[in-house]
Amino acid sequence: MTKAKRKRLIYNLITFGLVIAAFLILQNMIATKSISRSLKGQLVPICSWIVMAVSLNLVIGFSGELSLGHAGFMSIGAYTGAIVSGWLLAAFDMQDTTLRLVLAIVAGGILAGIFGVLIGIPVLRLRGDYLAIVTLAFGEIIRNLVNVLYVGTVDGKLQFSFLNKNLPENVTMLVDGAKGAVKIKPISTFTVGFVLIIITLIVVLNLVNSRAGRAIQATRDNRIAAESMGVSVTRYKMMAFVTAAVLAGMAGALYGLNSSTVVPTQFTFNQSINVLVFVVLGGLGNVLGSIISATFLTVLPEVLREFADYRMLVYAVVLILVMIFTNNPTTRAIANRLFAPIKNLFHGKHKESVGGGDAK
Amino acid sequence: MIFLDNLINGLSLGSIYAIIALGYTMVYGIAKMLNFAHGDVIMVGAYIAFCGLQYWGIPPVFAFLLAMVVCTLLGITIEGLAYRPLRQATSLAVLITAIGMSYLLQNIALMIWGANPKSFPTTFINGASLHLGKINISSATLITILVSIVIMILLTLFTSKTKLGKAMRCVSEDRGAAELMGINVNRTISLTFAIGSALAAIAGILLCSSYPILQPTTGSMPGIKAFTAAVFGGIGSIPGAMLGGVLLGIIEIFGKAYISTELGDAIVFAVLIIVLLFKPAGLLGKPMREKV
Repeated sequence: MTKAKRKRLIYNLITFGLVIAAFLILQNMIATKSISRSLKGQLVPICSWIVMAVSLNLVIGFSGELSLGHAGFMSIGAYTGAIVSGWLLAAFDMQDTTLRLVLAIVAGGILAGIFGVLIGIPVLRLRGDYLAIVTLAFGEIIRNLVNVLYVGTVDGKLQFSFLNKNLPENVTMLVDGAKGAVKIKPISTFTVGFVLIIITLIVVLNLVNSRAGRAIQATRDNRIAAESMGVSVTRYKMMAFVTAAVLAGMAGALYGLNSSTVVPTQFTFNQSINVLVFVVLGGLGNVLGSIISATFLTVLPEVLREFADYRMLVYAVVLILVMIFTNNPTTRAIANRLFAPIKNLFHGKHKESVGGGDAK
Repeated sequence: MIFLDNLINGLSLGSIYAIIALGYTMVYGIAKMLNFAHGDVIMVGAYIAFCGLQYWGIPPVFAFLLAMVVCTLLGITIEGLAYRPLRQATSLAVLITAIGMSYLLQNIALMIWGANPKSFPTTFINGASLHLGKINISSATLITILVSIVIMILLTLFTSKTKLGKAMRCVSEDRGAAELMGINVNRTISLTFAIGSALAAIAGILLCSSYPILQPTTGSMPGIKAFTAAVFGGIGSIPGAMLGGVLLGIIEIFGKAYISTELGDAIVFAVLIIVLLFKPAGLLGKPMREKV
């Protein structure tokens, strides 16, 4: 086993171990009722935000493209989830909530994936800042379209209408234009959320550590070099983008089915930025970091309720400072010197034993 | 006649977009970065002008000058504090910093002026309106179009005739070569931010004269659209920003009038995507060559 492989295995084990341990502790706390009500209500959203952050990290951290429309996929998932769940209940009288939830999440993922392909084909031809603005544009378009979407069920049959509310009298509304998805039966559970996180981790970590993942990272590090080595840049970028879209759709369905209404304004550009903050603060390309930052930044405002007004202000300042400190040559040199003794503590004796074994 | 009315409204909105887009495009051309905070500088400019008119009771002209001065200083400060340390960083890092700056400005405005929308006083501009046959052009529209034409002429003259303007173009063409020729790159970039931000203040005042609702997020949507306009016209190109802005304004108004009011924004963004598919560098942009 090479050094790099061992390091990766340890990293993956720590990631999975922490998530499973956190789940078991929280389950225990729920069983013994030693968890506060507000935190309990936050558990499912935390799961969705973790999945959102990890999937966006796949696009930004590993494939190196800035996507500013990730919330758009989440909204597709949330709406699809609400519609599918409502339809299953109306058409088949499906009372098994877990099965309904799972089907809704799968449907949300599939539809978001389809949109991911449709959006990815034009978007991934562009580069850098252009790609960022076009993903932003798509996010806004999706929000605009959802705003004029009307869906209802009549005798168990789905009825769609667009722009105008052209639905029969005896309709049961599922999605009501700007009012959003209405009268959702909240069926999301923490256990399903946990399973979704584990699936996300398996998918993302396996993808990243596979041949395809190495190709994705190669296109990030140097597009031209990767292309001349025969790596199909568009194909691999597409792979990362669509995987992230599917995961975001699933997270959206989980998130949407956790409350009784979903409104289009929940998934604005700001929400995409919110997820971006999770990813950046957790570290680009660091899956465990995304998990931790998504958890903390979702819980923190609840804990510091009286400082809620300053939350975004603090976010903004922290975002700027983190970017400057991690990217400015001077501050980086200072940080390296400060942390050098600590780093040597871990790697110092390792280096000697390996010697010149870095050649692969 | 409705067609002409819409066209004039589109021109007026488009002129505002064009002025904002000029700020984006100049900064992009010279610093190779998307200044996401530009839209929020617009909002700050509008708030300063609002305070000047409403609270401090200073004459409109001075209120506007004050707004421009404050925004200019703000632009230079933002550049110096947040963007200058990242000159060598990846574009992703700079973009995220700019997004952070945009959030910071919005939240500071939220703390100072509160979340409640303020109605921008428009009495200073409500003079006589122009009647041309059956068409009614309000003075706000007229002033907006005139101001933007003047700005475009001045800016074109500035970049083509003056030494500083030429220096700006040099830096945007090749920063290294410009530095070797003795151009102070940092000062030139600061100057670009200063001009862009002063334009943002004007745009903010014009925007709020036509759409008089002022709140901390006022600048973000016009900012994003103007940015779209800059990309549309070919980012980095000054005539491109003007053309893109005007076209985008017209498309938006026509889309809202003839297709759907709710889908106005979606149409604007869809047009952007289609244009970028066929001309990835925008309408007037130069395609960039990659060197190994």
